[in-house]
Amino acid sequence: MKNTLTRKKTLENMMNLIFTICGFISVAFVIVITVFLIISGAPAIGEIGIFKFLFGKVWSSTSANPSYGILPFILTSVYGTLGAVVIGVPIGILCAVYISKIARKKESAIIRSAVELLSGIPSVIYGLVGMIIIVPFVREAFDLPDGANLFSAIIVLTIMILPSVISVSETALNAVPKEYEEASLALGATKTETVFKVSVPAAKSGILASVVLGIGRAIGEAMAVMMVSGNVPNMPSLFSSVRFLTTAVASEMSYASGLQREALFSIALVLFVFILIINLFLNLVVKRKEH
Amino acid sequence: MKKIIISITSLLLMASLCAGCQDSTETTNTESPTPSANTSSSASGTVSTDGSTSMEQVIGFLSEAYMEDNPNVKVTYNPTGSGAGIQAVSEGRCDIGLSSRDLNDEEAQTLDGTVVAIDGIAIILNPENPINDLSIQQIADIYTGQITNWNEIGGNDAPIVCIGREAASGTRDGFESITGTEDNCVYSQELTSTGDVVQTVSSNPNAIGYASLASVKDTVKAINVEGVSPSTETIQDGTYKLQRDFVLVTKKGTALSATAQDFFDFATSPAADEWIESAGAIPVVR
Repeated sequence: MKNTLTRKKTLENMMNLIFTICGFISVAFVIVITVFLIISGAPAIGEIGIFKFLFGKVWSSTSANPSYGILPFILTSVYGTLGAVVIGVPIGILCAVYISKIARKKESAIIRSAVELLSGIPSVIYGLVGMIIIVPFVREAFDLPDGANLFSAIIVLTIMILPSVISVSETALNAVPKEYEEASLALGATKTETVFKVSVPAAKSGILASVVLGIGRAIGEAMAVMMVSGNVPNMPSLFSSVRFLTTAVASEMSYASGLQREALFSIALVLFVFILIINLFLNLVVKRKEH
Repeated sequence: MKKIIISITSLLLMASLCAGCQDSTETTNTESPTPSANTSSSASGTVSTDGSTSMEQVIGFLSEAYMEDNPNVKVTYNPTGSGAGIQAVSEGRCDIGLSSRDLNDEEAQTLDGTVVAIDGIAIILNPENPINDLSIQQIADIYTGQITNWNEIGGNDAPIVCIGREAASGTRDGFESITGTEDNCVYSQELTSTGDVVQTVSSNPNAIGYASLASVKDTVKAINVEGVSPSTETIQDGTYKLQRDFVLVTKKGTALSATAQDFFDFATSPAADEWIESAGAIPVVR
């Protein structure tokens, strides 16, 4: 009897250890990636000069007189993300309202599974469809010489952030106590008034979290935007060919060497800092919700 | 009971992970020497190559084919650029230098250049575009933004859309160096693969692009340059101008190691032609 007890105890201890190790694995990965990015990204920033690197308007890494300014990439990523959020968030929230408050059970089940499917589609497929359908469409619709531009990228990013915006907003809307809405309806408010004046404000922080998640997804996307944005390091404007932070790294990495390669790591570091800020913001939002 | 099952499965999983690692190292260690017995060549050692990034494909295919027949030989490739490769071989830091341009007179005094393959670059247009012939000067003017409308060179009244490759691409390097447009090209798209370039040109009636001749498909048309249509024959006899040599550079008066010489002989032998074609380049006429 005693023997089995000690055996059980050792087993228990061992499993505890395994769980602890697994629990810390992701922390270890984050630390390794952070350290690696700082070690490999910082030297080039030092060599180029942080001001010249972040605010330089010209990126020509392989010319005889290389210049490494990533302002075009930063602005493109910011504009592209903002554009996707401006178009995608209202659509996403209204869709979430429909699923959560208006649709019948069967309808909302269908839409929900469609949204889930949308979120599972690999980004290269978004890019491919964008390249073959959206780019020619934008070219013809706006009578442009070329359809691969920031606008096409924004459309693709909008579609890509929809699933995260919809599913997180929907969860938040579902969590609004029924009594709030019933009280509002009982006081004579219409369904629309109830949705916009009671349900959405009550689910505010959850919806805000969904927006931040969408931003994170949009700013980190590489493959899809690489296929529709044209990839030229221009200063961004809506109908010009642009390059994002992510695609700047991806498109040159395979051949780069020397300072160019180090500068690509520096771009990755900048991107990482962006994501870090977004995540901190997300934590803040979620924490406020809990209080 | 459940806990025991979980712990056993997780232990098994971990064990299999470890076993996996050991297995792979063991097999690589033990298996590599065995096939040498059945191969004809007894060469062993390392062949180091250094140079042109454009030659990555060609040298990759050649070294893979060679290493399959000679498993004891390791062919290394260091993508540093033609200039750095020539420098490396003249300083004896590698066995064979790789250059995607011909040696200049000064270099030719101390080094030997052997053309291993030819890179043919096709200018591609959308099939709807009525233009069928451009001079190199016109192509250069188009890509540097001096000609911006097709009607300036006898085409439709439509803006020209220049499609190119990303900055570090070997095809771009080749195109820009032959047309003399280095660092001056105004692109409206910089794509990361030849397939993307072909796809984009095929879907935009105003686009012009460049690609290795081997990867041009029916969805686009490869136009004549200076009146010569691109083909294996016109590239081999030198009449098609948008081409450049891939050169193996060796040091004059210094013999290659037996292994390096064997690889060199293989790369310049007719047996290498099919690999050179697989890599998208044109074999030389011997």
